[in-house]
Amino acid sequence: MAKITIGKAINAGLRRAMERDPKVVVMGEDIGKLGGVFRVTENLQKDFGEDRIIDTPLAESGIVGTAIGMALRGYRPVVEIQFDGFVYPAFSQITCQVAKMHARSLGKIRLPMVIRIPVGGGIGAVEHHSESNEAYFAHTAGLRVVACSNPEDAYWMIQQAVESDDPIIFYEPKRRYHEKGELDLTATAAPRPLFTATIARPGEQVTLASYGPMLKVCLQAAAAAAEEGKSVEVIDLRSLSPLDLDALATSVEKTGRLVVAHEASTFLGMGAEIAAAIQQRCFHHLESPVIRVGGYNLPYPPSRLEEEFLPDLDRVLDGVDRALAY
Amino acid sequence: MSDKEVAVPPEADHAAAVAALIAPVPEIIGGAEFVQLLTPEGERVEHPEYSRYIADLTDDDLRGFYRDQVLIRRFDAEATALQRQGELGLWASLLGQEAAQVGSARAMRSQDYAFPTYREHGVAWCRGVNPLNLLGMFRGVNHGGWDPNENNFHLYTVVIGAQTLHAVGYAMGIQHDHAVGTGDPDRDAAVIAYFGDGASAQGDVNESFVYAASTNAPVVFFCQNNQWAISQPVERQTRIPLYQRARGFGFPGVRVDGNDVLAVYAVTKAAMNAARSGQGPMLIEAYTYRMGAHTTSDDPTKYRISAEVEVWKLRDPIARLKAYLTSSRKADPAFFDAVEVEADELAVTIRDGCLSMPDPELMSMFDNIYVEDHPLIEAERAGFAAYTASFEGEH
Ligand SMILES: Cc1ncc(C[n+]2csc(CCOP(=O)(O)OP(=O)(O)O)c2C)c(N)n1
Ligand SMILES: [Mg+2]
Repeated sequence: MAKITIGKAINAGLRRAMERDPKVVVMGEDIGKLGGVFRVTENLQKDFGEDRIIDTPLAESGIVGTAIGMALRGYRPVVEIQFDGFVYPAFSQITCQVAKMHARSLGKIRLPMVIRIPVGGGIGAVEHHSESNEAYFAHTAGLRVVACSNPEDAYWMIQQAVESDDPIIFYEPKRRYHEKGELDLTATAAPRPLFTATIARPGEQVTLASYGPMLKVCLQAAAAAAEEGKSVEVIDLRSLSPLDLDALATSVEKTGRLVVAHEASTFLGMGAEIAAAIQQRCFHHLESPVIRVGGYNLPYPPSRLEEEFLPDLDRVLDGVDRALAY
Repeated sequence: MSDKEVAVPPEADHAAAVAALIAPVPEIIGGAEFVQLLTPEGERVEHPEYSRYIADLTDDDLRGFYRDQVLIRRFDAEATALQRQGELGLWASLLGQEAAQVGSARAMRSQDYAFPTYREHGVAWCRGVNPLNLLGMFRGVNHGGWDPNENNFHLYTVVIGAQTLHAVGYAMGIQHDHAVGTGDPDRDAAVIAYFGDGASAQGDVNESFVYAASTNAPVVFFCQNNQWAISQPVERQTRIPLYQRARGFGFPGVRVDGNDVLAVYAVTKAAMNAARSGQGPMLIEAYTYRMGAHTTSDDPTKYRISAEVEVWKLRDPIARLKAYLTSSRKADPAFFDAVEVEADELAVTIRDGCLSMPDPELMSMFDNIYVEDHPLIEAERAGFAAYTASFEGEH
C-alpha cells in the first residue's frame, strides 16, 4: 500500500493502460513536456514518446474530432480537456459524433475513447474553470459518464474506462487532485466493475448519494451527523451513466430517505434524474421526498463567492435534516 | 517571470539554440514583409510602405508611447506581486508585449471598438479603462469589472478565440449602420480583434476569418504571436508564418515587429484606416514574446530554455524606444525620471486600490442572470437569504 494523490493515481493508471495496450494514445493541450496543467500526464511523454502522448494544437473540437479518427483507425485515444469550461468547443463532436457513431453504423463501428475532464470548482479560478457539466453528457445517449472521488478509484477507473469499448466521459475531481489516499499499486485486478456505485460509509437513517469532488464533503457531513446521533449512509455513485440504481435502491429501501448532493446546479442535474427514478422504484419505502442539494441555478460566480455557491458541509447537513424531519 | 527560469540544456544544444535565436531576422520572420521602423538598438529605419503612417507623430506622441509602456509594465509588475502575496488568485502578465498593445491601441479612434483576450492590459490602459478594474476578475470579485461601452473596450474573454467572432459581428453591425466608407472621420469606425498564436488554431478564429472575408467587415485581426501558448510553441499551431494565413481567406496579412511600437502603430493605423474606408479585413501578426510565465500558475522551466528569454530581452520594446528618444533628443533625463516617478505612484495606487477592493455582496450572485425576473432565481434568492439568516447569531 502507498499513499498517493488522485492526480498521481490517474497518472499511474494511464501508465499501466499504455503499457498494456500499444494502441492507447493520449491527446490534449500541454500534456507533453508540461505534463498537463495539473501534471496528470507528467513524465508520460518522456517514457512513451511524442507519438503516444500527443500535444495537440489549441482547438478542442479538433482534439475530439481527430481522436474519433484515431479510434476509427483502431487506436484507443484518451483525450484530455484542460478545464471543464473548455469542452464546449468540442460539444458537437462529442454529442453528434462520439455519442452516435456506434448506432449510426448499425454497430459496425466502435469508438473506444475516453474524454478526461477535470471538473468542478473550489480552486479560486477565473471564469470557465469551475464548471460541472456532467448532466449535458449524461443526458446524451451513447456516452457513458463516470466520476472518481479517491485515488484507488481514480487508478482503477481510468484503466477500466480505457478498456471499455464505449466512449466514456471521465470526470476528475479537480479540487481533490492533490489529496492522498491508500492505493495498492501491486494489485492486478480492479476491486469492482466500473459502472457500479459503492457504499463509502454505511449508515441506517438516511442515504446520501454523491460523486466526484462532493463526496468528501458528504463523508464529512455524515461524520458530523453521527456526532449528533444521526446515521447517514454515503453512496459514491461513481457512474452517472449508467446509474447503479440497484445499489441506490437497496440503500434507500433500508433507510427510507435519500439526499442527493452535487456541485452542479440542481435544475435538471443528476439529482433530478435520481429523484425521479428512486421515487418510482422505492415509492413505498420512502419516508420523505428525495432532497437535492446542489449549486444554485446560476452561472458559476466569481471565486470570492464560490464558497457560498458550492454546497458545503452545512448545506448537506441541512438537506439531511430536512429529509429526517419528515 | 519565473524565478526558477535557469534550466540549461547540454552545452552544444544550448549554443545551437542561441545561435538560431540570435539571428536578427530569422527566415520565418518573413524578410521584406517584416515591418520594422525601430531596430532593437533604437535606430530609426525606413519602410517603403509604412514610414508615412508615423510621419505626423509629434515628439509628444512618441514620449506618450514611452510613458504608456513604462506605466503599463509597472502596473503589470505590481499585479504579479499582488498575486504572489495572495491578493489576486491569478495574473496573466503582458511583460514583453507592451509595444504590441500600446502601438495598436494608440492607432484606434475613439469610435473604434476593441475585443481583447485576457492579456490586453496595455490596450485597456490606452482605451482609458481604469487599470484597477482589470484586477477584479483576477481577484475573483467579478467576471470583468468595467462597462465595455464606456471605452469601446469589450470584457476580457477567457475562452480562447471566441471574441474574434464577436468582433466580426460588431463590425458587421457597423456596416449595417452605414458607418464605414462614408469619408467622415468621426463616423467611420472599425473593430480590432486581439488573439494569440495559440488561438489561431481554434475553429472560432478560423470562422471569424471566413465571416470577415465573406462580409468584407471593417475588422482588423491583431494576433500577438508571443511564440507560446502555455507550453506549446507556435510551431505546434502553424507551419507557415501566421500572417500568411490571411491570404488563403482572401484578405491581406502583414507581420510586424511587435516590440517596435512605431511599426505596430503604423501597421495598425494603415489597417484600421483601410477597414474604416470600406476595404475590409486585415490580419496583423505582431511578432513578439511572452517574457514571463503564461500566468502566475505556470512554470515555464518545464518547457522552454532560459537562453530564449535572454535573446528576447535584447529586443525589449521599452529599451529601444528609450534609446531612440535619447539619441534623437526627443526626450531628456528629466522626462524619463518623471515617468519613473509616475510609475511608482501608479504602483502605489494600484496596490492600495486592490487591497481595499470590496468583496462582492453575497446576494449579488443572484443578480443580472436574466433581464426579466425568473421564478427559479427568485425562489433561490429568497431561499439563500433565509438560509444565511438562519446562521445569524451563531459562530
Ligand atoms: C477554449 C479554451 N481552451 C483552452 C483554454 C486554456 N488556455 C488558456 S490560455 C491558453 C493558451 C493561449 O495561447 P495564445 O492564444 O497564444 O495566447 P497567450 O496566452 O500566449 O497570450 C490555453 C490553452 C482556454 N482558455 N480556452
Ligand atoms: Mg501565445
